[in-house]
Amino acid sequence: MGVTDKQIEYLEDMATHIREDVIIMLENAGSGHSAGSLGTADIFSTLYFHILKHDPKNPDWEDRDKFVLSNAHICPVLYATLAEAGYYPKKEITTLRKLGSRLQGHPHKGALPGLEASGGPLAQGLSIAGGMAIAGKIDGKRTKVYCMVGDGEMNEGQIWEALMFIGKNRLHNFTLIVDRNNIQIDGFTEDVMPLEPLKDKLKSFGFHVIEVDGHNIRTLIEAFEETIFEKPKVLLAHTIPGKGVDFMEFKPEWHGKPPNKEEADKAIEELEALRSLGGKITCEHE
Amino acid sequence: MNMSKNLHKKFHLAGNIFDSPDQVPARNGYGEGIVEAGEADENVVVLCCDLTESTRNAKFKETFPQRFIEVGIAEQNMAGLAAGMAFSGKIPYISSYATFNPGRNWDQIRVSICYSMANVKIMGAHAGISVGPDGATHQAMEDIAITRCLPNLTVIVPSDYWETKKAAIAIAGIESPVYMRFGREKIPVITTEQTPFQIGRADTYRDGDDVSIIACGSLVYEALVAAEKLSGDGINVRVINCHTVKPIDEKAIIKAANETGAIVTAEEHQVHGGLGNAVAEVVTKNSPVPMEYVAMMDRFGESGEPNELMKKFGLDSTGIINAVKKVLKRK
Repeated sequence: MGVTDKQIEYLEDMATHIREDVIIMLENAGSGHSAGSLGTADIFSTLYFHILKHDPKNPDWEDRDKFVLSNAHICPVLYATLAEAGYYPKKEITTLRKLGSRLQGHPHKGALPGLEASGGPLAQGLSIAGGMAIAGKIDGKRTKVYCMVGDGEMNEGQIWEALMFIGKNRLHNFTLIVDRNNIQIDGFTEDVMPLEPLKDKLKSFGFHVIEVDGHNIRTLIEAFEETIFEKPKVLLAHTIPGKGVDFMEFKPEWHGKPPNKEEADKAIEELEALRSLGGKITCEHE
Repeated sequence: MNMSKNLHKKFHLAGNIFDSPDQVPARNGYGEGIVEAGEADENVVVLCCDLTESTRNAKFKETFPQRFIEVGIAEQNMAGLAAGMAFSGKIPYISSYATFNPGRNWDQIRVSICYSMANVKIMGAHAGISVGPDGATHQAMEDIAITRCLPNLTVIVPSDYWETKKAAIAIAGIESPVYMRFGREKIPVITTEQTPFQIGRADTYRDGDDVSIIACGSLVYEALVAAEKLSGDGINVRVINCHTVKPIDEKAIIKAANETGAIVTAEEHQVHGGLGNAVAEVVTKNSPVPMEYVAMMDRFGESGEPNELMKKFGLDSTGIINAVKKVLKRK
């Protein structure tokens, strides 16, 4: 069940579209989180345009796979992805964070089609996703539940409560994606509150752990499609915060800041140049 | 001396309230209620934080092992799991001691549950100072305040075993989040199987036109006892069981204010933020009358036997009688 070069190209191009949408949204909003949104665009493209079984025309389809964004402050990337997928009109992306908008500063379930949970206070999404997974198990459903957490978010105790629970119940219908971008607001994760050895920790909680380059769509697909029985799965996805926009990459100050008009124009220019190269972006991680 | 003739017949209250009422913990009503709710709807599930026996989840666990979920000592995770299960069509009851649930997982209740309208039933067991010897750390006296302020959340404080059982069953039928609190100790059974129960309706158990006592939980019994004693002094007391603190029965409160001209509230909870404040919000806006509060007066509890503590902090019929006399002077 290999994936063709053409499919990969499509997903890479979609990731660039998502990044452009994110820049437009944040510039219009005048506040919001740039780095994580850009850093995870490749994962979102892969999930919503290749992995998830879902139907944007029927967002409440009972047999859909579900995705919960636990590090919900990077919701611009989710909103952009949902717009590209057709959950709501794309012109609405410029309303982010504005009065009366369905695109709240942090997601409000029920406000916008395709949102599986509200979020913002960190770690809550992981428990919610765990609840969806155990409900699916009780009902004997074949659908899957995916959840993304940020690495800084893993400072929260509730993350480890939820991991214990998911590991204990061997929820093999559950896949966690850790956005391992190494930064949080106060600096590098290993300075603020060290997480390493993270792979060993996750393994010891009963998860099958796959380390993956979060910008390599082919290896992301392989990791998502790897069949694991009797165990939940984690993609420990190494990403570059701000990926795709040179002046934002690896800069903790872009965690919670939007681009101004000038910066946004420059970012879009960079992303368009990227597209003319066939959408190929590479990752320094191994 | 049985003076229950003063009580409204339509509520079918127990005939032995003023003699030797049956003594049963309200938590038993919860434990039996969830089994009935589970029989009526297969979507009912129960999540437990390592307190199966004391929160009375054991019978549900035995009856529906597949629908009983042991979460371990992790109240925050429990609230989130329940939200996710509710989004998948389940009706989760989450239970622990009220100091932890909603005390420890309030943020999760606020965002994962209430903001998202997750159909989760939050059960605060061992509520109030009557948990006794465990001391102030385990005496939930703030839980009504921290739940009453949350949009979308219904707050219920049943008064005895039967009412707790009926409420536990009834809340499965409303598709929104609910918080319900109940105590550990044996308390008088004042209602019967026949007593009608409706979420959101305050029940006027006893008529009177001099003063109204509006109470919830364990203090409803104390209010009835106080009313009987005061009738000996020629004071006609109305007693209202306000089991639903939110949404509160404004009509019953306004009527009581208009017809009796003075109100005493009584609850096993801090004075700030509880039933008394909820009643005052209605009274001050619609029909201002003098009010007195029987509640914990802005301090923490301490270890002691339940009856010793209730007496020390004035959370009994004597405390209510004193408050009634005080409010009547201001009338």
